[in-house]
Amino acid sequence: METQTVVASKATTSKTVHISGAEAVIKCLLEEGVDLIYGYPGGAIMPIYDELYKYQDKLQHVLTRHEQGATHSAQGFARVTGKVGVAMATSGPGATNLITGIADAQIDSTPMVCITGQVWKHLLGSDAFQETDIVGISTPVTKWNYQVTDAAEIPEVMAKAFYIARSGRPGPVLIDITKNAQVETFDFEYKKCTSVRSYKAKPTVNVAQLKAAAELINGAKKPLIVFGQGVILGEAESEFKALIEKAGIPSAWTILGLSALPTEHPLNVGMVGMHGNYSPNKLTNECDVLIAIGMRFDDRVTGNLDSYAKQAKVIHFEIDPAEVDKNVKTDVAVLGDVKDTLTEILPMIDENAHTDWHQEFKDYDKIEYEKVIKDDLYPSKDGLTMGEVLKEINNASKGDAVIVSDVGQHQMVACRYAKFNQSKSNVTSGGLGTMGFALPAAIGAKMGVPQREVVAIIGDGGYQMTIQELGTIFQTKVSVKIVVLNNEFLGMVRQWQQLFFDKRYASTELINPDFITIAKGYHIEAKKVTKREDLAGAVQEMMASKDAYFLEVTVEKEDNVFPMIPSGASVSDIRLS
Amino acid sequence: MEEERTYTISVYTENNIGLLNRLSAIFLKRHINIESMTVSKSEIEDVHRFTFVVNISETQARKIIGQIEKQIEVIRAFYHTDDEVIYQESALFKISTKHLYDEEIQDKLKFRRANIITITEHYFVIESSGSKDEIDKLYERLKPYGLMQFVRSGRIAITRPKMAISELLQEFN
Repeated sequence: METQTVVASKATTSKTVHISGAEAVIKCLLEEGVDLIYGYPGGAIMPIYDELYKYQDKLQHVLTRHEQGATHSAQGFARVTGKVGVAMATSGPGATNLITGIADAQIDSTPMVCITGQVWKHLLGSDAFQETDIVGISTPVTKWNYQVTDAAEIPEVMAKAFYIARSGRPGPVLIDITKNAQVETFDFEYKKCTSVRSYKAKPTVNVAQLKAAAELINGAKKPLIVFGQGVILGEAESEFKALIEKAGIPSAWTILGLSALPTEHPLNVGMVGMHGNYSPNKLTNECDVLIAIGMRFDDRVTGNLDSYAKQAKVIHFEIDPAEVDKNVKTDVAVLGDVKDTLTEILPMIDENAHTDWHQEFKDYDKIEYEKVIKDDLYPSKDGLTMGEVLKEINNASKGDAVIVSDVGQHQMVACRYAKFNQSKSNVTSGGLGTMGFALPAAIGAKMGVPQREVVAIIGDGGYQMTIQELGTIFQTKVSVKIVVLNNEFLGMVRQWQQLFFDKRYASTELINPDFITIAKGYHIEAKKVTKREDLAGAVQEMMASKDAYFLEVTVEKEDNVFPMIPSGASVSDIRLS
Repeated sequence: MEEERTYTISVYTENNIGLLNRLSAIFLKRHINIESMTVSKSEIEDVHRFTFVVNISETQARKIIGQIEKQIEVIRAFYHTDDEVIYQESALFKISTKHLYDEEIQDKLKFRRANIITITEHYFVIESSGSKDEIDKLYERLKPYGLMQFVRSGRIAITRPKMAISELLQEFN
């Protein structure tokens, strides 16, 4: 097929200048309001780095220690700011190292633009040094990707990349630029992209769908809302709060929906899913109307679909038509950006309180507190629990910190117990479950909201997957707080081995290095806590530090995370022990 | 388990490099085998049309359409059962010229409305169009003569229901 070099778009104009493709890339980034990018240089992207050098007063480049770190930093930045994160890498291994972060951004709908250098156009397909088919490799995990082989394409393609990354359901876009396109000169003119033929960012709101949904909600005796990141991505937190307060509906969150509603809000009934709270999981199978808002019924949320909310009418507020009826059959789909649909449905909703129904949640909450939470937060045993570390962080942060978690037991504990007062405060790898995400993501998060406290909570396994980013922290002086909860195990896998594989601990035990020495090697202040009496003081010291701080907490080796819905079981079969 | 049937999936797209990869990846991710595929221009200028044939359940077909339509450069996608499309495949058979005047072959060609499109000293080439079954039947009949080469195209299909792509493009803009 022929190459289509011109992409139809509408727009506003800037004046024309004659510049290189490399400089054009920088100018495009500036036009899109980017002032911070993450990346790693190399042969095929050197012309762009040379321009970065010239523009360093306007555009800060953070040199991560690995390209994967650049993507996760860009993701962390995007998740706390709502802006597009930008990562840059060279061709070949530089580009392939971006893939994990791109896949993570795709499944968690994070707006990100990745720019990769590519070999000269005339060398494409010749297996040239550091040539790899990154467009082919990244296709299944990008919202859109494109290879630029001619400098003149750069403005239009970059504008389109940013528009696609941020609009509708956001996602990652990769732009691969051959070296000749970086060095060629052309007449640069920038037009922001506001539409792309063949792409409809948001479905048009349908009043009939809203009415049908409102009717079900108003008629419900036991309604339950499950909300996801759509509320955050749509910046619809206040519209969402207005709706649930008017209708008096208990609202549970998915891991990515966390922080869209303050933790202490009386209608916040906790987390759904595999390690979620007892009440929303149990009552998913007792509600009469299940209202899903900006979430996608991930299998970790639903458990066995054959016994998921079968008694309930299901309403799905969703921006992506492909998500409707994908996993759970809906009775009413309300397509559109939740900011629009929630605004429009509010006047149609009757005021309600559902007091008796709320009591059912409270009854289950009491059981969970007695059987799980009490021992997590106020343990009577000697060994420290992950839960009590979170409790101390809450005490120090007062719920105002951004919490960045990695993947595993500590992640579930962090999401279960961390307190949040404001949105865009929970940064974690939900869909892909990328170990190694937290440390670089925390760097991006802190740079995105420097005025806020950013605490990374990481297991000893995931920490060592991207531990090299301590170098980035040292070099940039970014003051992230790093908490490693060390149980000398790949804890979540070990938990499964204990529960489902007769304690055959295959390759889950970690013989760890001295993390304190490593942190100190990077000149990062570091402390290790092994006793309960030292914990609160150490957490306060960390939070009070103006600089980056590393806190290692030795926690109980073989603690398990409960509640738990065993794989393949129903949400109502959630176990407390 | 929901019953699998043959679906013709028609996808109207922009004409961009790499789109085939993007679409085939959607089938690959779901472990669905593509029985045949053709790409061509469509009735609208600058709009291309992919035609996939797959054996899947209707639920899978519906979800696949959702995933395909989600791709930025896809304008619209449809799925249809065999009853809803008029479709053809094309096949070429290369056979040794020593069989050219074999009466049986001549009868078989008449039966299938097949044409001889080339004759050389050593071989002749038969062309035939029809459904997959029809071509399969002809293949079985010609096989005994020793097929020097055989090739068959993917399905091309025109749908009975309307596919309002031009209107949709208007709406997009």
